[in-house]
Amino acid sequence: MGVKTYIARRLLEIVPIILAAVIINFTLLHTAPGDPALILAGERADPEYIKVVREEFGLDKPLIEQLVIYLRNLLAGNLGYSYMYRKPVLAVMAERIPATLLLIITSLSVALVVGTLAGAFAARMYLTRIDTGLSMVSLVLYSMPVFWLAIVLVLVFSFTLKWFPITGMITVGVQMGELERFVDILWHLALPSFSLATYYFGQYFRISRSSVVEVMREDYVTTARAVGFQENKVFTKYALRNAILPVVTMAGLQIGYMFAGAVLTETVYTWPGLGRLILEAILSRDYPLILGSYLIISVVVALATLFTDLTYALIDPRVAYK
Amino acid sequence: MITGTLKPREEEHFISAERIRKERRKLLIENVRDFLGRYKRNRAAVLGLAIVIVGVIVALFPQLFATHEPFEVGHPQLQPPSRTYFLGTDNLGRDMYSRAVWGTRAALLVAIGSAGLSAILGVLLGAASGYYGGALDDLLSRIFEVFMMIPRFFLILVIVALFGSSLALVTIMIGITWWPANARIMRSQVLTLKSRAYVQASGGLGASPWQILAWHIIPNGIYPVITNSALEMGVAILIEAGLSFLGLGDPNIVSWGQLIDAGRYYVNLAWWMTFFPGLMMLVLVLAFNLIGDGIAHALNPRLAERV
Repeated sequence: MGVKTYIARRLLEIVPIILAAVIINFTLLHTAPGDPALILAGERADPEYIKVVREEFGLDKPLIEQLVIYLRNLLAGNLGYSYMYRKPVLAVMAERIPATLLLIITSLSVALVVGTLAGAFAARMYLTRIDTGLSMVSLVLYSMPVFWLAIVLVLVFSFTLKWFPITGMITVGVQMGELERFVDILWHLALPSFSLATYYFGQYFRISRSSVVEVMREDYVTTARAVGFQENKVFTKYALRNAILPVVTMAGLQIGYMFAGAVLTETVYTWPGLGRLILEAILSRDYPLILGSYLIISVVVALATLFTDLTYALIDPRVAYK
Repeated sequence: MITGTLKPREEEHFISAERIRKERRKLLIENVRDFLGRYKRNRAAVLGLAIVIVGVIVALFPQLFATHEPFEVGHPQLQPPSRTYFLGTDNLGRDMYSRAVWGTRAALLVAIGSAGLSAILGVLLGAASGYYGGALDDLLSRIFEVFMMIPRFFLILVIVALFGSSLALVTIMIGITWWPANARIMRSQVLTLKSRAYVQASGGLGASPWQILAWHIIPNGIYPVITNSALEMGVAILIEAGLSFLGLGDPNIVSWGQLIDAGRYYVNLAWWMTFFPGLMMLVLVLAFNLIGDGIAHALNPRLAERV
């Protein structure tokens, strides 16, 4: 099987996953206590509007027909209206996604590089004191509730040391040039991304360490050593390269987990991303927004997983031929 | 007499289902003993187990450890830790130490309940799918693929937001979103063990598939599921805490996540309100992870070799 067929097959596999997310959403909408029209329009919506929603989503028609209408609405980008913002759900979410992506991508890149290298280093020092120490630290970080870590960091670095701002993404009410604005955002980004990166770090450290240890036991490493290659060369040239692949796979599989971490971190720093939006939606019982964000996150996670798989197939041609 | 020793003794070569079962049981006990020996040598894993045992005792009898009623208001508000209030008091004048003690119960209920549910479902369905193969196996693989890609924290969040929060619902949902992972592990264990001679022999002697699974395959193949369950218990505690932190906690109980959520608005006035509940959570989750790693290492002695 060539790379092209592989890509095509993976693309096809994503369809049922997204469909499953849609059906879960649809089922939840109909099994939840209360009238689906009220859930989609908001509990305090006026009767006129509820009538519009009932019509738009065909809520008085048979269930199967409703599912078809629901799918058609989704394809047209209609996820219902947020009654908290009085705007379409998709529009509200689109405004918040960039901030979340900025946070996730920054923390992820830091954690991926530092975690992988530290894990590989620990594997090189396998079973020495350095390895035990690093492993313990990573296990502690991995066991931490991320929002608690975020609060502790705010307490130390914002309230006590006053190095970083407490909340938000930009300083409000100050005129700034392009460059100043950029620096200002970075300054606000520092603490949230550090919290999140610390949280992700434990994960990558663990994967990278065990993966390198595994590779170092492979026959070709033993052969390389026996042939007389220097240990450093064996490590960097043969072991490390092959050990990085599982790290990429895990990164792809854990995008949902990353979103969860990001959402919790955002609520601590009132970072204007999806996380804070979801919190607001929960507090004001804005069901269309909650259901909509679940659907969007499911789709993003599925697409991101697909993207990682494809990257993986490009890095390692063996994958496509399996 | 040479011929005498060469002559096979009838009873030793008479293979019965009973005898296979006995031999397997002996081997199983030996394996468990070896396993415990290796586990005991791992100090971190023993520490983890000790922490969990203490936690279970506290969760069973919180009233023995608490110094005040967890919901009792009217003590001085926002008091720092002192001899009367070990971990200080909150904004309503409730004793934080007693609240944190009661929070242990919620954490362990979620952990044990959800991991237990997902282990039972996963082992049974995974074993059946591995043993019978065919349509059941295909269906299970599809389910697994879907579950792998579902952002489970958000699924549970939506469900709790729509149906109302209760600790039981959260526990069940965590279990339901996790069993495919256990099923996957059990399935591959069955595929490995199915071809072993003793399993084949047992089948040849007329044991039914479920007898074979129950006597030979599940007892021998369950260890990786146990490792996975220990790690899952830590994750379950963190999920419940995350939901509580977002305001979706069960209002009828005390949980550490709720304590942190309540405390974050007072973080510059009363750091103890958030710090200690989080620390307790960290210790318990860490303990589960140490146990999980300890079991994994005891199962695979090769991990203790230098590379």
